[in-house]
This record gives sequence, structure tokens and C-alpha cells, in this order.
Amino acid sequence: MRAFEYVRADDIGAAVALVSGDPAAQYLAGGTTQVDLMLKDGILEPERVVDITRLPLRGITADDRTLRVGALTTMEELAADPTVAERLPFARTALLAGASTQLRNMATIGGNLLQRTRCRYFRDPGVPDCNKRTPSSGCAAITGAGARMHAILGAGETCIALHASDLCVPLVALDTVVRVRGTDGERRIPLTEFYLLPGDRPDLETVLRHGDLVTAIEIPLPPAAIRSGYLKVRDRASYEFALVSVAAALTVEDGTITEARLGLGGVGTIPWRARAAEQVLTGAPATVETYRAAAEAELRAPFTVPGTAFKPELARRTIVRALEELGGDRT
Amino acid sequence: MSQDSRNARAAQPAAGDAGTVRVTLTVNGADHELLIDSRVTLLDALRDELALTGTKKGCDQGACGACTVLVDGRRVLSCLTLAAQCDRRQVATIEGLSSDGRLHPLQEAFLRHDGFQCGYCTPGQIMSAVALLHEGRTGSDDEIREFMSGNICRCGAYPNIVAAIREVARQGAR
Repeated sequence: MRAFEYVRADDIGAAVALVSGDPAAQYLAGGTTQVDLMLKDGILEPERVVDITRLPLRGITADDRTLRVGALTTMEELAADPTVAERLPFARTALLAGASTQLRNMATIGGNLLQRTRCRYFRDPGVPDCNKRTPSSGCAAITGAGARMHAILGAGETCIALHASDLCVPLVALDTVVRVRGTDGERRIPLTEFYLLPGDRPDLETVLRHGDLVTAIEIPLPPAAIRSGYLKVRDRASYEFALVSVAAALTVEDGTITEARLGLGGVGTIPWRARAAEQVLTGAPATVETYRAAAEAELRAPFTVPGTAFKPELARRTIVRALEELGGDRT
Repeated sequence: MSQDSRNARAAQPAAGDAGTVRVTLTVNGADHELLIDSRVTLLDALRDELALTGTKKGCDQGACGACTVLVDGRRVLSCLTLAAQCDRRQVATIEGLSSDGRLHPLQEAFLRHDGFQCGYCTPGQIMSAVALLHEGRTGSDDEIREFMSGNICRCGAYPNIVAAIREVARQGAR
């Protein structure tokens, strides 16, 4: 593990200038997905670490239409927010279904968006072939044994690494916006356009430039009549990543679905917005037939390896169950 | 903001020598000034610099909970926390729980209910449970199990751990 200089930032502009001007510098916040990669695995080797945890980017404000969450707000703080409990119950469920209380006390919302994959091949410095670490070196996960926790959507021969966030699943379904500060000022990026599919450059994960700092997220509050839920299927009852998770929000009027928002976790190389499924659902009768058709539409062309061959069917069934719990069955 | 923290301006290394950092850790109420390598975790600072070996190193990668301590009253994993990030923060470890030679009610309950076998995860379990009581997440056995799930016990003492926590919660002790 390489030595690094530790710098504590207490000014946002200075922190952005410092990291932007130094390719070997990295921000550090909660550290739960970074300290291990830096100190234990030797995957990240910054020469300078800029601790941003004392920047004034913590706190939650709400008006009638939007919840604004400072990037350094912790997962536990967001889960405890009364507006989240009242207007975004499925986001609260997703938050509390992730990690453990200790990790949620450390992990920040900005860091949750930018968490690195749990792919064991990416995290093992003894594995040379990882396109995410070293472009054009290959992908050990494709042929590796025990490839259970890998992506089937947005995945391909170059990379099947999963984005393992629970929180991002409802956030992407809600059209959350990310506020980013760079050297040329602040800009707003929809979460649906924030992540990059691996394609032929799995090492490029987001549209951020080096030195860009996530300062906040803005979550549009859905209409009060909408019903929402987060369903997480995993190997253990608690403290485990999702095999498949579904964040769904439905408005049903007179047996017809008038609004549908759907996000998938545990299956995508990026937090997955299930637009094909939403298209089937919107305007259709709230029936199990509709839910099945929606699940089928989203899982039409999964990329599987032997270890993930079970996932498309598990994803279909989880989608149908999540929708049935919200919308019922009017057949 | 104190005068001291104003002196640690942005873009200034926290110590003269790149690669080392000067940190004041307040552990169980006592201040300790340390000049340490930037890479030192809070866990290693407690154990190796301050000889507070009650906090245990289990997986050392954030998966087992054996290293759980409280920072500013919140339970965190000391193995994934840089000591440098805890400058002037209040750190509470298992060594600070008893007072005047009397064990904390949770420590007594763990003894009474046989809440451990090998004992290696126990300091983490107890620090986590101390926070659990403050968080008010002891309404049912299911709730205790869910919010203690970040603390792994390879000996499988879980039923007795839940029993110990349940008893202290019902007594209303803190």
C-alpha cells in the first residue's frame, strides 16, 4: 500500500481546485468502499487524499416538490428524515436494507452514488485481467467460478460488474438529480444520465470529470396518492447485497395504471431504470398479466454466465411480486 | 468553529511531513496527541498507539463488526475509518464502559446470559448494543436481530446475545 498525503478540506472551492489539479488526488468521505480498496486491497493508490467530511455539505431540506440532500448526509441520517418516511417510504426501506447500522453511520449519500463495485475480481490485485482496473486486460469474472453477484443488464463480454447500491434503485426510478461542483462551477445531472454502461471502457463509470465533487442530490417528491415499495431478494435475511431488488411506485385509478416508476437492483452494471417495463405498465390494467408482460419486456435480452443463469427468472418473479403487492390484481 | 480548527485550513497538510499526520484523539474522555502515518486506521491507532486492545481486529475490511466503536456517539467500524478523520472527535471504546469498577449493564447481561463463547466479537457486539439502546431499536427480538446484523459471531451465540440485549432494554438501562 502506497503512502499518501492526508489533507483536511474545509472549503469546497479549495477542495475542488486541489483534486482537479492533481491526477493522483482523491476525495475521501465515509470511506466504506474506499479505505478498504486503498489500504487493504491496494486497488486504489492515491498520492493525496482530501478528506471532505468537514465540508458544509450535510443536511436535508424539503419543499412541496423536492427533497434536497447534502452529499455528506449519512445513510442513517437520510433514513431518519421525517419527509423521507412520509413521502419516500420505499427509499427509506432501501436505505435500511443496505449494509449495517455501523456502515450507514459512516457512508454518505454522495459516496453511495459513487460506490465501487463489489466484484471480487476487481477487488483482488492478484487478478490481472480486469477491464475496469486496466483497460483491455480482459474480464476474469466472465469465466470465473462463483459469479453469483454479477450483473445481467447493461453487461457484456467486457464487464459484468454490478452496481450494488440499494438506495440508488428508488433514486433512479424517481428521476433524482445530482448536483456537481467542478472547476467551472456547478451543474445538475439527472441520475439516469449519470452512469455509463461499461461498453468497451468499463473503467469509465460516470460522466464526472476528475475533481468534480458531488455536492447534493435533489429527489422529486412523487404525488401523495402513489404507492411505492422496495423488495429485496438476497441470500441472507440481513446485511447482504441484493441478488435482485425492485423499487416500484404505482398510481392506479379505476383499475388502470396511470403512473409507473420502476428501478432494479442486483442485476445492472448501473442502477437500472426499467423503462421498457414502465412503458408496458403505463395505461394498462392493474393485473398480473400486465405485470408479467412488463417483467418480460425488461428481461428480454439479459447477458448471463453460468453463475447468473438463475437471475433473469428471479428478476421477473421479483418484479411481478413487487407490482402485485402495490397494484393488486384486477382480473 | 474553534480557533484551532480554523488553523487547519483547506489545502494545508495536517502535518509538516507528507505521509504523516498530527491527530488529537479523544478516547473515553482522555486526549491523546499522536503523530502517525496517514494510512493508520482508527482501529490500529487504538490498538497499536494507545494500547487499547479491547477493540478487536476481525476481518479488517468492514464485514464483521468486531472493531465497532462509537465516534461522537454513533457506532462505526474503526477498521474503515482513518485515524486522521477522527481528529478532535469523541471516541468511545469497550475500555470506557465500566465506571468505578462496575460493569456496564450490557456487560453484566452478556455474562449472565452467556452471550459469547470465544469472546472475540464481544467488545464489538457490546459497543454496537450500547448504540442500539440509544437508537431505540430494541422493540422486539426481530428488531434487535436486524439492527445487530452488522456484528458477526462465528461461535453462534446469537440467541444469548439477543437475550442479553432484550433484558437490558426492558430494564430501561442505558
